[in-house]
Amino acid sequence: MSEFTYGGEYRDMPDPDTCTDKEWAAYVHYRNGAPGLKKEWWYHGPSGTWFIAERDTMTDKISRTYIAGQEEAK
Amino acid sequence: MPLGLLKYALSKEHPAPRFFRDCTEPKKSYDAVIIGGGGHGLAAAYYLAKDFGITNVAVLEKGYIGGGNTGRNTTIVRSNYLTPEGVNFYDASVKMYEDLSQELDLNLFYSTRGHFTLAHTDSAMRTMRWRAEVNKHVGVESRVVGPDEISQACPQLDISCSGQAPIQGALYHAPGSVARHDAVAWGYAKEADRMGVEIFQSTEVTGIDVKSGKVVGVNTSKGYIETNRVLSAVAGFTPRITEMVDIETPIVIHPLQACVSEPMKPWLDTILVSGSLHVYVSQSSRGELVMGSSLDPYEMHSTRSSLDFVEGLTSHIVDMFPFLSNVKVVRQWAGMADLTPDFAPIMGKTPVEGFYLDAGWGTWGFKATPISGKTMAETMARDIAPDLIEPFRLTRFEDYELTGEKGAASVGH
Repeated sequence: MSEFTYGGEYRDMPDPDTCTDKEWAAYVHYRNGAPGLKKEWWYHGPSGTWFIAERDTMTDKISRTYIAGQEEAK
Repeated sequence: MPLGLLKYALSKEHPAPRFFRDCTEPKKSYDAVIIGGGGHGLAAAYYLAKDFGITNVAVLEKGYIGGGNTGRNTTIVRSNYLTPEGVNFYDASVKMYEDLSQELDLNLFYSTRGHFTLAHTDSAMRTMRWRAEVNKHVGVESRVVGPDEISQACPQLDISCSGQAPIQGALYHAPGSVARHDAVAWGYAKEADRMGVEIFQSTEVTGIDVKSGKVVGVNTSKGYIETNRVLSAVAGFTPRITEMVDIETPIVIHPLQACVSEPMKPWLDTILVSGSLHVYVSQSSRGELVMGSSLDPYEMHSTRSSLDFVEGLTSHIVDMFPFLSNVKVVRQWAGMADLTPDFAPIMGKTPVEGFYLDAGWGTWGFKATPISGKTMAETMARDIAPDLIEPFRLTRFEDYELTGEKGAASVGH
């Protein structure tokens, strides 16, 4: 547990220049808290690597890991 | 000894008195349905009946009464918060707790111990002073004390914390108390039942029926129930319920773990909390040390326990109390904490008419049980949230009007 650090769910940021205040507030505050398979940011301390893990938040099973943007290369 | 007990000495029958009826078949419709038979849901049912005469109420509990976070917390009741809104709200709860055993006619073992939040750093001392001043301003008994006064109240505590993190002072909060947590749920269940509320255990809500933006009923594992008022008081299950009515919230679920030691003779009078060491500890009425720590570091819908937690927590407990090094941990468990970004709850009305939310109780829900029940009952009965919970409304996030209570969380979560 201490070797890896959780970085929160992978989320797309709306364009702050074009989105409404409500959309921006939702991006800042609201989260999808329901259980299920999620794409998440994780950090591996010893190697200093941020990566994406696909993890089921109900069972804590990780199904895939990859570096962000290199999903297809895996 | 009550004379009523004598008759059992002469009888072969020894019927255990039941606190509430064993309801199995829900009626076709209710004036209000409460999802979640924990302290909060049952308290809301009780105050709906008592304060507003609304007794045609069903409480639906997926598991058993008080089996969720009501029975999993570390039972601490206090009001030494950081914002005036928070202090007022939790102070109202502490005052209700003080008379609650009388009101519910059940001994809740409510025990006022005094509560020390230890500060090991300059910045922690600054936060303690801030909280003390806000508390005093609102009329709550809190003050900053030095190491001598802490030693006097708890001579067993190693003020240097084994040289690791010397204690500089503390926020002392005289009304800080502990209570028998599951008895709070039983007491509210008993009295709500007596006034006509029906409590259904092993009854899961599978859907909420919304027509033109209004609640019209709920689907349950025991069939469909018509109602136009639904309260969700389900703590760690909140995102699953809000998903049913398509409401967005900031709530995410992290497990929060706790454990107890083997029972000892009473020696720890006070409640001790250390933010820097991530520890809170008190001694229960049966002698166990009840110990808790920070949240698990990542989102998960589970009540699994981990060795990491016990190792981390007990190493800090031994820093504080070196003589406990041979004492055993006998039980550990976890609850699912529904966290908000500002460490304040989410209470009141929602965009769906007739759907009320009592959620976002994270790590701070037990202490608020009476006042949340009372204010949510009022919200449901009048369809207007009372001023006391206005700072906790769901729309505060869209308005960027957060109620920042993170500095008053017992440990740096």
